Amino acid sequence: MNVKMTKRSCPVQRRPLSFWLAVLVLLLVFLSCAALALGPARLSVANVLQAILGSTPLGKRFFPGEIDPLTQKILFELRLPRIILAILVGAALAVAGVVFQGLFRNPLADPYILGASSGAAFGAAIALVSGSRLLLFGLGARPLFAFAGTLLTTVLVYRITGKSGRSSITTLLLAGIAVSAFISALTTLLLYFYQEELGRVIFWTLGGFSYTRWGEVQVVLPYLISGFALAYRYVRELNLLLLGEEKAHQLGLDVVRLQRSLLFAASLLVAAAVSVAGTIGFVGLVVPHVMRLLLGPDHRSLLPLSALAGGVFLLAADTLARMLLAPVELPVGILTSFVGGPFFLYLLRNNRRIMH
Amino acid sequence: MVKPEDDCPEIELQEVSFAYGEETILSRISFTVPKRGFTGLIGPNGSGKTTLLKCLDKTLTPTAGRILLAGKDLMQIDLKTLARMVGVVPQQWEVDFAFSVWEIVMMGRYPFLSPFARESREDRAIGRAAMEATNTLAFADRPVTELSGGERQRVLVAQALAQKPELLLLDEPTSHLDINHTLELCELLKKLQRSENLTILAVFHDLNLAARYCDQLVLLNEGKVYACGAPEQVLSTENLEAVFGVRVRLRPETETGRPTIIFLPKTEPEVES
Repeated sequence: MNVKMTKRSCPVQRRPLSFWLAVLVLLLVFLSCAALALGPARLSVANVLQAILGSTPLGKRFFPGEIDPLTQKILFELRLPRIILAILVGAALAVAGVVFQGLFRNPLADPYILGASSGAAFGAAIALVSGSRLLLFGLGARPLFAFAGTLLTTVLVYRITGKSGRSSITTLLLAGIAVSAFISALTTLLLYFYQEELGRVIFWTLGGFSYTRWGEVQVVLPYLISGFALAYRYVRELNLLLLGEEKAHQLGLDVVRLQRSLLFAASLLVAAAVSVAGTIGFVGLVVPHVMRLLLGPDHRSLLPLSALAGGVFLLAADTLARMLLAPVELPVGILTSFVGGPFFLYLLRNNRRIMH
Repeated sequence: MVKPEDDCPEIELQEVSFAYGEETILSRISFTVPKRGFTGLIGPNGSGKTTLLKCLDKTLTPTAGRILLAGKDLMQIDLKTLARMVGVVPQQWEVDFAFSVWEIVMMGRYPFLSPFARESREDRAIGRAAMEATNTLAFADRPVTELSGGERQRVLVAQALAQKPELLLLDEPTSHLDINHTLELCELLKKLQRSENLTILAVFHDLNLAARYCDQLVLLNEGKVYACGAPEQVLSTENLEAVFGVRVRLRPETETGRPTIIFLPKTEPEVES
């Protein structure tokens, strides 16, 4: 254990926040451009530049030529919404991961592992098979159902594990697996009865952005914005929570109320992400973990930069998923699991100390 | 800020009881902790010392009775206000996340900050002063996971001081420290009691430490106050034998005049003939 302690406590020479902010923003811009230009439909660089710059008043001076309507359609109606949604979903999953890890005081918590994603998928599947186009307060039924599903599963897992202070990894994983299995059985049951929706429901269990149009972005935006805002509201409180519930209480924090708000915020984010992109695993695990290594545990910088890094990560993964076997698309969830699964096992090996 | 009346005690417990379901832990506890005094809470394991502290920081709510803090009913004080009046130093504390010592101490400013507010220059000055007073400024940038037990306890005291409290509650703060760090921490508390005008209520396991540093002792036994008063009165051979079941001899310590306890073997040694 002592060996572990020294390894763990080795002081990391941390670069300033602004450095990583600049790196991530540059990466995001670069990847977005690449993702716009790349794809099964081979568009010429000239056409792409023409379509993008030619549509702005300033750019028109340099690119006065005709804009190819097909190029424009592919860029602005297929690729751009997909890029934006991938960034938003990646950010949502990463922030949800940060929040769950703080809430469970456990660096291995993640929406996928906790079963929150399965809950969201189940809710979304119900909305889908009931064919409800119904809108409640102008909000789509699918994210709303997904939200209910997520909230139910996370509260359930939290109740099982959270009773005795810091949750051990064993309890956390077992509770997550058990709840996931139960919910997945329900989803399968649903599939059994509504086989005509099979294809679309299976899509949720794989995760991907193949169906993305602007409508999806619009539908989940209110959930994402409120989820991000609520999570960011509690960055300081998340720091206190890492000191333990008792200490946080002694510093003047209403712990129970905070936990409720955080569960609510994380559920909003997971529900939004899953209702448009399905269950994409491990983004909420890999991204916050790497960011914590780079920035330290302070949520005031960890949370916003994890959002950014989550966007970068998922956009990169989705672009790869489109390109690897082009013209066939891989579901992006498979790719993130390829990265995340081994990463998770590696973390598990290195966290023996908290296992018991 | 309104200064509370100087004549009312810092803490006044009126017939405080606490029970977990059927099991009574505290029964009708009444005593007062005078302002700017150093009060020690002693008693055997399971006598209710920690439970009593938890009632004082509002982790637990008494099932009966009333607690007054600086003349105000504790039930009427919200958590943030309470955190500005009371700092708590736990027995031991493990953190898995590598916050720096400075970050940990500045968390003591939490009850003073509104959401989204950045720490002001004044907050940072208070944090720095708390670290100077506890001799922790030298390792402000080190991760807290890397500190020794004694250093970590001092960081916790610094965090509590950053709360600018009038009352410090400590639950066996030295139980995981070696003798050198134990004395260092007790001397620090004694110094802070004077320099920061603090009232201190601390649970002590070591009776000699309690005798040496406290102005007043409260001896708990089976959830009741068995004795309360000056160390010389509370630490009598009769009290210690009745509560702890040990035989002792008391000697005034020549340097401080405080009683020192020498523990004797359970039974009289048989005289060999």
